[in-house]
Amino acid sequence: MEASAIVRTVRERAAELLASGRVDLVIGFEQGSMPMRAAPCFVSDADGTDRLVWNSFCGVNLARFLRGRHGRIAVVAKACDTRALVELIKENQLCRTDMVVIGVPCAGMVDSAAVEEITGHAGITGVEEADGRLLLTAGGSPVSLPREDVLCRSCRRCSTRNPVICDIAVGERAPEPEIPGFLDVDQFAALPSEERRTRIEAEMKRCIRCNACRNVCPMCYCVRCFADDAFPQWVGRGGDPGSVMSFHLVRALHLAGRCVECGACERACPTGVDLGILNRRMSADVYRHFGYRPGMAPEIPSPLSTFSPGDPEDFMLEPDRGRSCGCGG
Amino acid sequence: MRRPPGRGITDLVERLLTVAEVYAPVERDQSVVFDRIESAREAAIDRGPAALSPKNLVFPRCEMLLSSSTRGDESGRAPDPGPGGPRVLFGVRPCDARAIALLDRILGGGEKTDSYYIRRRESLVVISIGCTESLETCFCETTGGGPRSTEGSDILLEDLGDRCEASIITEKGVWLAGQIGLEHDPAGARTPRGPAPPAGPAADLAELKKRLDRSFEDQCWRDIALKCIGCGVCTFLCPACHCFDVIDEETAGVRVRSRIWDSCQFPAFTEQASGYNPRPSAAERFRQRVMHKFSYCIERYGMPGCVGCGRCVSRCPVNLDIRTVTASFLGDGGEP
Ligand code: SF4
Ligand code: SF4
Ligand code: SF4
Ligand code: SF4
Repeated sequence: MEASAIVRTVRERAAELLASGRVDLVIGFEQGSMPMRAAPCFVSDADGTDRLVWNSFCGVNLARFLRGRHGRIAVVAKACDTRALVELIKENQLCRTDMVVIGVPCAGMVDSAAVEEITGHAGITGVEEADGRLLLTAGGSPVSLPREDVLCRSCRRCSTRNPVICDIAVGERAPEPEIPGFLDVDQFAALPSEERRTRIEAEMKRCIRCNACRNVCPMCYCVRCFADDAFPQWVGRGGDPGSVMSFHLVRALHLAGRCVECGACERACPTGVDLGILNRRMSADVYRHFGYRPGMAPEIPSPLSTFSPGDPEDFMLEPDRGRSCGCGG
Repeated sequence: MRRPPGRGITDLVERLLTVAEVYAPVERDQSVVFDRIESAREAAIDRGPAALSPKNLVFPRCEMLLSSSTRGDESGRAPDPGPGGPRVLFGVRPCDARAIALLDRILGGGEKTDSYYIRRRESLVVISIGCTESLETCFCETTGGGPRSTEGSDILLEDLGDRCEASIITEKGVWLAGQIGLEHDPAGARTPRGPAPPAGPAADLAELKKRLDRSFEDQCWRDIALKCIGCGVCTFLCPACHCFDVIDEETAGVRVRSRIWDSCQFPAFTEQASGYNPRPSAAERFRQRVMHKFSYCIERYGMPGCVGCGRCVSRCPVNLDIRTVTASFLGDGGEP
């Protein structure tokens, strides 16, 4: 289906849902204030659905915006948005019956920063898409780039291109590429430890602690994040590189088995920190130990929040103490 | 497309390096930031606006205010005394220089002089380069500045490729020009030779302020801020934002009190010890950001708290564009 046909269908379905009263709100994307930007938008009446768009710049994970809203909500969701919805439902943060998923297949989102890099930051005044290419007007001249060359890092390694849960399917199923599981993680792990440390530290050094990665993350919804807690203070807020590292390491741990690898954090980061370096490792470990990929199946419980008396406890440093309640009985 | 800096700029930087520490836009990890340079080759003048503003040089993201130790030795040092000799901030865009002019009014002047700021600011000479090209996100003119604005600069250069022509704006500028034998017209600011690039529509800031002031209780803020995720991108990238928090941290018996950038977009910014928060949602917090920039700053410091550099415009994760917001208040003569 043509991109314009997808947009038309999204608008029509959204308008029907609102007009019939099936939902109170539609969350989707609208054209941003300049080329290469699409912005989350909230439409609550059928007349407003003309604002909705769909293009290669709908990178924000909209699952982030459903929590805490009243009423029934329809969301225009790509595959990774639905994966986050699945996890949020499992974590009892959202109710499946209160949402309508307008599912859109995805060919990967474009990294506007990468485009700006290639075009030498020449002002981009127009962008269109056709046949897998971006047709840009950069510095007054036409520039044509293959989408594949400017895809977001997370989209390059994504093999889940179709919505996992869906009530209203828009467009034809996207082909799902065979991508070797965790090549990037294994390559990184194969480096000497000193080099890994240097690479991670170089990423952390660019972090300005703006919290965009956390705030844009659909799975970071804690009422009080450890990073904001002052009593006790879990992680320093000052310039100590150790504090920055702690923030990201603890966040990665909190996301283990929950991160849906949408890459929204990396896209939001104003300084281009490669957060995947940590989060992907967590994903690889969870997959290898538990055979689990977050957000892929509503019926499979999350391994890290499921207790079974038979769970191995070989990680306990003092196994005997671990088994006794200490009352001597 | 951007051109590499011409001979004029390179020569000038070489001369500056012989008399002062020079800070200029440099490329680090695929982005352009301001940092100390040792040779003219390092300067990345041709790469568009730096990702992070030069604010860090006068108002660091984390600055030690004092420290103490129970160890009875020198490990509880006094705060670092700041830079000694002259420092040149070279190659800033006029918008960033204008932001320093605002910081001067807030932290560097009057009765609320901030000694930590002054310490870093006094030794700093600002050399800006008038813009010959602008980006889609530039709107300095909307905020009362312009691609050739001299506000905040000690020297304003016009890059003519093989040479530079200088306007000397301040006493500091005169001093530095003397040090490096920079030719200039003693009559003051010169008229630029080349045309200025487009930099946003002009706006009636007084009218904007008036309409904003009337909108304080308006429901519109709720709709405007719906998509805001409350991160610190807009405020941390902003060359003019200047809010901070003071924190105490302790490592191995040494206690350090520092001030760190804070953001009015963070819920904790106004949360009180009781748990009450007078700005409970993104609506109040985003309103504060716009009000502070386009009402309170104008009222107190005679200029807006936004210089139109466009960093927040290009980097806001959800494209909440401050230009759209201000335009919605001025649009069609109607109330928002
Ligand atoms: S980093 Fe951890 S504590 Fe903070 S919001 Fe995310 S999951 Fe919650
Ligand atoms: S978004 Fe980037 S700069 Fe901001 S806190 Fe996250 S990693 Fe750091
Ligand atoms: S306006 Fe944008 S950058 Fe600023 S806090 Fe909101 S989401 Fe973050
Ligand atoms: S508010 Fe935005 S455009 Fe204005 S000075 Fe700050 S970062 Fe630049």
